[in-house]
Amino acid sequence: MIETHSSSLKTDQMFINLGPQHPSTHGVLRLGITLDGEVIVKAEPDVGYLHRGTEKLCEVRGYHHCVVVTDRWDYVSAMTNNLVFCLAAEKLMGLEIPARANYLRVAMCELNRIASHLLFFGTYGIDIGAFTPFLHAFREREMVLDLFEMVCGARMTYNYIRLGGVMADAPPGWADKTSEFLKYFKTKLREYDDLLSFNPIFLDRTKKVGIITAEQALDWGLSGPNLRGSGVSYDVRKTFPYSIYDKLDFKVCVGEAGSCWDRYYVRMREMAESVKIVEQCLAALPSGDIMAKGVAKIPTPLPGEAYAHVEGARGDLGIYLVSDGTSCPYRLHVRAPSYINLAILQEALVGLRVADMIAVLGSIDIVLGEVDR
Amino acid sequence: MAELATPPPPPTPAPAPAPKPPANVMPPEKAVPAGIRKVFAKHTEGTLLPNRLWPTDVWPNPWKSASYRRGALVLSALILAGTGAAFFLREIGVPLAALRETLHRFAEANLPQVPSWAAEAVWILAKALVVLHIILFNGLFLVWWERKISAHMQSRLGPIFTGKWHGVLQTAADGIKLLLKEDAAPKEKDSWLHSLAPALVFVPVLICFTPVPWGRDLEAANLDAGVLYIFAWAGLSVLGIVLAGWASANKYSLLGGLRSAAQFVSYELPRSFSLVPLIAIAGSLSLTKIAGYQEGYWFGFFPKWFLFYPVVGQISFVIFLIASVAETNRTPFDIAEAESELVGGFHTEYSGMKFSIFFLTEYAYVLLASCLLTTFFMGGGAAPLPFLSVLPSWFWFLGKTLFFMFCFLWFRWTFPRFKIDRLLDFNWKFLLPWSFVNIVLALPYIYLWKL
Repeated sequence: MIETHSSSLKTDQMFINLGPQHPSTHGVLRLGITLDGEVIVKAEPDVGYLHRGTEKLCEVRGYHHCVVVTDRWDYVSAMTNNLVFCLAAEKLMGLEIPARANYLRVAMCELNRIASHLLFFGTYGIDIGAFTPFLHAFREREMVLDLFEMVCGARMTYNYIRLGGVMADAPPGWADKTSEFLKYFKTKLREYDDLLSFNPIFLDRTKKVGIITAEQALDWGLSGPNLRGSGVSYDVRKTFPYSIYDKLDFKVCVGEAGSCWDRYYVRMREMAESVKIVEQCLAALPSGDIMAKGVAKIPTPLPGEAYAHVEGARGDLGIYLVSDGTSCPYRLHVRAPSYINLAILQEALVGLRVADMIAVLGSIDIVLGEVDR
Repeated sequence: MAELATPPPPPTPAPAPAPKPPANVMPPEKAVPAGIRKVFAKHTEGTLLPNRLWPTDVWPNPWKSASYRRGALVLSALILAGTGAAFFLREIGVPLAALRETLHRFAEANLPQVPSWAAEAVWILAKALVVLHIILFNGLFLVWWERKISAHMQSRLGPIFTGKWHGVLQTAADGIKLLLKEDAAPKEKDSWLHSLAPALVFVPVLICFTPVPWGRDLEAANLDAGVLYIFAWAGLSVLGIVLAGWASANKYSLLGGLRSAAQFVSYELPRSFSLVPLIAIAGSLSLTKIAGYQEGYWFGFFPKWFLFYPVVGQISFVIFLIASVAETNRTPFDIAEAESELVGGFHTEYSGMKFSIFFLTEYAYVLLASCLLTTFFMGGGAAPLPFLSVLPSWFWFLGKTLFFMFCFLWFRWTFPRFKIDRLLDFNWKFLLPWSFVNIVLALPYIYLWKL
């Protein structure tokens, strides 16, 4: 750490502007970094380069239209964004969701978690300098996107989960194709471990690097795999079950040391859990409606407020929604996990080297669309 | 007003047997493009199975795919053709020596006014040109090969269009593009050093190829101090890299340049020391002599390659291989240009031909390292089994070199990158001590058993 650096040998500090255009900032994050040699003395994350004012945009859109906006926050796991908005709005409107729609929603969200963690796996490999895992991950991610395309025609911004249910029923053959994918994917998870997870160089780069203790993680309000990597067993799916998660059997994956590798491996194990969840959803998929009866074309919920949160791919994704009785939300606030996870960088990066910084930044797994909204 | 007041005309008695479609709506077959109609049909039929192939569909047995079988056939045909050509060409060192003799005799007989060294000078120039072109064409080939290999390791296809057959001309096209590109560089650059750096990187590697024995009697020059000569010149390349980092007026470049200085200087040591046993055993610093020393077979069939000297050979080989990968600046040791950290490292601010010279140098170093590995550890042009020496030495040399080049590509696309401090630790605390131990281990071979 910084103390070990000899203070008798003072050198000039160097300020490096890492980003917004840099291969490893995963979008348009800017990090103002002060270096002493290769050791980081100070790191200031600077956000806002992708700000589109989506929370404000929702205030002038009907509730149905807001779902479209949610797709643009965390664009690599847009299903969970759809879901959390719909859960909040449905609380306001008091809608009862048909069982089939609930199962489809959960299956889609978990598939999307797989897709999102695969993206993390691939890009983290690139951050560490291994290029091949990236394309292996994308090969499987494409298959998930194919499954989404079959269901809703979109591969990135799905707008699939709607107020009162889902947009369309799963087409014939979708369930078979999904089981085929899951069967195939389970073998690939082992392959990823061989290729990257237990590679000695990879372990060396990540195992004792960027340690975030449980206290630190809680202090900074981390959530999702970043929090669980530090050993805190908090998962919204278990702690505050929503939709049908209380009926499903799955484990909360928890890391040990809070190092980059723990955060990484929590995600890898979560993919296996997601596979289990989707399998259960497919097995128990009930027949029936996919959309609640009596969803208004222009909903005008009674004045009130609602908060819903779900376990997104990046953490505890919450929405606070206030209605004033008109057709548009009065106020919408997103608790964006990426944004809150990002803040810890200013503490976690100090004392690390440039190469470690990339490892830590990658392991936090931010999506700038969600950070800036 | 008047018009409004007029009563509407009485409705015609509507016969209307078939309602005509409105004139402004075309029938759907013509209005909708074929592609969209296909997607639309997919929706209307109620099944939306993805129409692209999934890996689950194609992977269980690749031999079932016709293109895979055809590819394997073409590849084996190429290898067979190469082997056949080599068999009929025989040793090209012999006709080349004859050619040199002819040149000298021609000069003596027909050009009495030119001095006697002129013919030799022409001959040396010709050899230098040949070596230069080996390096250039190696760049063309290796970049293409690397693209194909990395692509197939990552379940992609790589270049397939340019040059018809598997994109063979892709690198040539890219070379032309780089030649024509604007040389964009920062305004604050130290312009003289910025231009000097690529040359300073490239020239040493070119010179390094002088003593490489491509086969029997097939080296540009048989230098007595060949090993020292190569290491001395190869060590100079780092100067160009540091200069490039310094002259670019970019902090990332500077960090990359300095990192690579640390890396090069460190890895030179185990790389040289790992060869000490070999040099002592062979009793020469000349690459030709070292390669020649490894010819012959134990028990009549087991090649006397240095790689197979028990313990010492293997330790030497591993240390030299690792240090060679580090010297070529490639993954897992590419910290100098670590893309995810330092953008492009020392060549961030280079573009066009200046950049491509750095690129070319990297591949030239891969070739050099493969040649050295072949010469030092795999007996140079020696055939692996006695009866295989019907094929000429340059064929075996080329084959072994290609094998090592493949290993270099393989490493790059499999491993993550080391961290700079761990990299230096690995060098000083592991490779270097073991190379010293290895020298001690080699003593019996030098003094007791001359194998």
